Amino acid sequence: MSVVTENTATSATPAKPLAQRINWVKLAPWLYTIGLFVAWELLVIVLQTPPTILPAPSRVFQAIVQYWSPIWKNSLQTLYTTTVGFAIAVVAGLAIGLFIGWSKAIYAGLYPLMIGFNAIPKVALVPILVIWFGIGAVPAILTAFLISFFPIVVNVATGLATIEPETEDVLRALGAKKLDIMLKVGIPRSMPYFFGSLKVAITLAFVGSVVSETVASNYGLGNMMSSAQSQFNVPLVFAGLLMLAVEGIAMYALMAWIEMRMTGWAHRSTMSQ
Amino acid sequence: MPHLVTIDNVDMRYGGAAGTLAVSGLTMKVGKGEFAAVVGPSGCGKSTLMKLVTGLHIPQSGVVIVADKQVTKPVSIVGMAFQNPTMLPWRTTLDNILLPLEIVERHRHRLRANKKEYVEKAEHLLETVGLKGFGSKFPWQLSGGMQQRANLCRALIHEPELLMLDEPFGALDAFTREELWCVIRDLHAAQGVTIILVTHDLREATFLADRIFVMSARPGKVLKEHAVPFARPRDLEVMYEKAFNDMVHELHGEIASARVVA
Ligand SMILES: Nc1ncnc2c1ncn2[C@@H]1O[C@H](COP(=O)(O)OP(=O)(O)OP(=O)(O)O)[C@@H](O)[C@H]1O
Ligand SMILES: [Mg+2]
Repeated sequence: MSVVTENTATSATPAKPLAQRINWVKLAPWLYTIGLFVAWELLVIVLQTPPTILPAPSRVFQAIVQYWSPIWKNSLQTLYTTTVGFAIAVVAGLAIGLFIGWSKAIYAGLYPLMIGFNAIPKVALVPILVIWFGIGAVPAILTAFLISFFPIVVNVATGLATIEPETEDVLRALGAKKLDIMLKVGIPRSMPYFFGSLKVAITLAFVGSVVSETVASNYGLGNMMSSAQSQFNVPLVFAGLLMLAVEGIAMYALMAWIEMRMTGWAHRSTMSQ
Repeated sequence: MPHLVTIDNVDMRYGGAAGTLAVSGLTMKVGKGEFAAVVGPSGCGKSTLMKLVTGLHIPQSGVVIVADKQVTKPVSIVGMAFQNPTMLPWRTTLDNILLPLEIVERHRHRLRANKKEYVEKAEHLLETVGLKGFGSKFPWQLSGGMQQRANLCRALIHEPELLMLDEPFGALDAFTREELWCVIRDLHAAQGVTIILVTHDLREATFLADRIFVMSARPGKVLKEHAVPFARPRDLEVMYEKAFNDMVHELHGEIASARVVA
């Protein structure tokens, strides 16, 4: 009994210590990021590395301010090539995924081809794209597309191909056509897989566009970093990396948010039921 | 009594000529409005029988006739419910129940214009199975027993002439099961629907059915046919009568020996 009264007493005290009022889980990503920069800064100070090898974060931020105009312009360019490539990948991936998942025969026939295609390093395709389209935004967009559409295809096709046979039986017994089953069950069912794959795809799209910009473009963060590197402007290279990380995180968060909004049901139910 | 379902000397083999022979020489007749139960050892082809009647599988030899037509493609006068409720998690319970109406030819063109009428019907069904007010919940917000009730509603919404139930109560606790037996019993009495029930529970078969078919081990065929003599409407109390227990006992013996032969 005395324990109970004691508990009520403590919870009733108005001024809780500060440490308890902070939501540490929410704060953790920021704290860890700051921690990383602090550790990096300290490392540079202790080892006295020259800025041409590893610039301190303070030096990198200074470079961001100093070169803000080109950084901003190139960041937008990379964001543009990435999102366009990604958008094409979403449309094509969805279409091809639905096509492949449509029937067991198509799935069996095209799957190995897809795997083989995915095994090709997309960097190796950039020279070919340059031959076809010249240097610039087009190879970057296409590389972003090529590298990011595969996970979308695989996920959509898997969602379709794994419809529970019993669900299919119930509907077929009612006279449902293949198209009915796809519309009523297959497509809604594959949506969580689809939206889940967008998170993976968008980060891959950045890899594709930046790789292509690095070797075959006069614009974009990739190009900016490679020319900064040739001028030994290492702080600017790191500034570019930082901007890429920021763009990547922002787009990932956007995709995660879309996923949550569109397929909340999948997080609260097990798909297997 | 005219027959709604006639299965005549049917062989069904899965996976080509060298595959599993699931049923062989299967013959059975179910009258219109009758409640038939099918019991037999595990793996003897009971689910196969369900799929043959609904036209999900077409037999290699023999004929299946449902409502005076030979079955060559899925027949749409049936409602089906399996042990696994297979509710779609992205639809509310009500929308799950309305799903067959979006498929069946007879209803799909009327659905949009007569939505209100159909929703009322679904809600009435939900009330019958004791799920009043749960239509707006998602299936994953319901317990297993509640999902199975909703599953029954879905099987009934398009007013099928034939209801096929494949171990629908297998995963439920004894009390829920008995409650749903009564629901099915009353539905059968009220709507005059023909029901074929596959079950492992011999008391369930004896309590519900007019006629019980005992199947042999694989390849399955009908070994014996029992008419269940107990008068309707049956009360759960009937299960404690001696005649009832004798019948269950007899069925048990037949299945046990069918298993040994295999
Ligand atoms: N799709 C399939 N492909 C190949 N063989 C199958 C298939 N479905 C069933 N079988 C085989 O046919 C036989 C009968 O299966 P069925 O599912 O009809 O049995 P069941 O009587 O319903 O069994 P249970 O009581 O365990 O549900 C089994 O031996 C099974 O291995
Ligand atoms: Mg079975």
